[in-house]
Amino acid sequence: MSVSAEQVRHIANLARLAMSEEEIQRLVPELNNILGWVEQLAEVNTDGIEPLATVVEQKLRLREDTVTDGNCRDEVLANAPVAEHGFFAVPKVIE
Amino acid sequence: MSEITSLTIAELQKGIRSGEFSAREVAESYNAAVAAARALNAYAVETPDDALACAEAADNARAAGEDLAPLAGIPLGIKDLFATRGVDTTAGSRILKDFKPPYESTVTANLRKAGAGMLGKLNMDEFAMGSSNETSAYGPVVSPWRRNNGSNAAITPGGSSGGSAAAVAARIAPGVTGTDTGGSIRQPAAFTGITGIKPTYGRCSRWGIVSFASSLDQAGPMARTVRDCAILMETMAGFDPKDSTSLDLPVPKWEAELSSNLKGKRVGVPKEYRIDGVPAEINALWDRGLDWLRDAGAEPVEISLPHTKYALPTYYIIAPAEASSNLARYDGVRYGLRVEGEGSLNAMYAATRAEGFGAEVKRRIMIGTYVLSAGFYDAYFTKAQKVRALIKRDFAHAFQQCDVILTPTAPSAAFGIGETTDPLAMYLNDVFAVPASLAGLPAISVPGGLDGQGLPLGLHLIGNELDEQTVLNAGLAIEERAAFTARPERWW
Repeated sequence: MSVSAEQVRHIANLARLAMSEEEIQRLVPELNNILGWVEQLAEVNTDGIEPLATVVEQKLRLREDTVTDGNCRDEVLANAPVAEHGFFAVPKVIE
Repeated sequence: MSEITSLTIAELQKGIRSGEFSAREVAESYNAAVAAARALNAYAVETPDDALACAEAADNARAAGEDLAPLAGIPLGIKDLFATRGVDTTAGSRILKDFKPPYESTVTANLRKAGAGMLGKLNMDEFAMGSSNETSAYGPVVSPWRRNNGSNAAITPGGSSGGSAAAVAARIAPGVTGTDTGGSIRQPAAFTGITGIKPTYGRCSRWGIVSFASSLDQAGPMARTVRDCAILMETMAGFDPKDSTSLDLPVPKWEAELSSNLKGKRVGVPKEYRIDGVPAEINALWDRGLDWLRDAGAEPVEISLPHTKYALPTYYIIAPAEASSNLARYDGVRYGLRVEGEGSLNAMYAATRAEGFGAEVKRRIMIGTYVLSAGFYDAYFTKAQKVRALIKRDFAHAFQQCDVILTPTAPSAAFGIGETTDPLAMYLNDVFAVPASLAGLPAISVPGGLDGQGLPLGLHLIGNELDEQTVLNAGLAIEERAAFTARPERWW
């Protein structure tokens, strides 16, 4: 499989990365190179093999359903590029 | 008394306790060394006051006759991937410029609780994606090492924990934290002639460490000796309910149990690690390493890890996939950079990320997004997860025949900054390091000697799950026999 400029543009949009046409053109051969190389995995027989989900076996824990933090609004907002009225502010999304 | 910055952490502990020198003298020596070494670009942020405050606490405790905490008065360098309360944590990225976490990572909190101070935050490849420190948005770290041909060419300390490695090698930190996703502790340790260990996945909490690839990321110490690594790792490790993959197990007494007597231990030598294009010097060091372990009482056995050649391509599907998902959080809303774009929310996201991320990070987000996208998920991601299971099974079989595995750490010595420009060629640096990461196994790099250009080479030991002790012990056996005393000549 090889990716086209159009696919790269689509992936960049999915990944929310603004890209110039020049960057797209540069990425096409780079990504094809890397994808061509990882495709050697196709030659490995993986019939009947479960995909690995956890590398070290362990049980998923449950914690008590209690409040463990809170009252830290200002700390949470301290690093926000734009915060207004105690909220994160974003460009208008509703007309 | 020898120069304070030449001492190991074990020696500093002893000297502070006996009163041979004060913790303040230690902090002042290191603060001065850090300030004098800015040409290395190893520290992204310097925190001399933090180191001094911890030193004062240690000196006061001693004066009051109190028991000292294990790392009382020991100043450490912290990789800039660890969130440190109120101190810039950028992960080497422009997108986190000026980010000051309102919380402390579990690993650094553990070190602080044990009395350690902080010298500063260490420069690194952006989001830990890189093997040469050249992807840092704050400029590459320069290795203190130079080639012995009289050239002043800047050498890379490796990556991604390049600032960490350079700091220990240049004696501007006695020990540091690193993180290892696919070799980011071990490769830079090898490139700079120091020791670094990645414990079993889950030993160190990932809470408060900026995420790269969550199923692989693991913190570990880097220092001058195996003993110092054992000391630091005992403090860094431990169960943390805030990380769902943290292992709920007691932390072993790794330092107390150190022993270089390897009688009864079998050392596996994987035949698949003899690959083309590796310099003869590295294979010769590998043979010498085996002789050293034999001398320590171990018995060599040839083993097979048949899926070795598929480890790197597997890694370069899984790590970018997880990264693309983890890095979705950098959206210009909650923290970090924001670029407004052309009015809409989507345009703001895309403009912020375009300006905030560097080329390598974008490349990996693109690969990750592609392999997770509709229609390709099974062919790439699920396939890689299956091959990862086979790689893990290879190791499980191997550890029925041996107790520890010996390989070179990296397929070359350190290269010059700017010498490797092809992304694929850069990825090959981690060919020996990545399989252990995919299998979640503990692995150490210890210095073995210098190559013909006068640059350090490392030996790599991989242990069975949870068996850091054998890894440390075999590392100690090599350390004692390699007697690696070379250090970079000061030019900075």
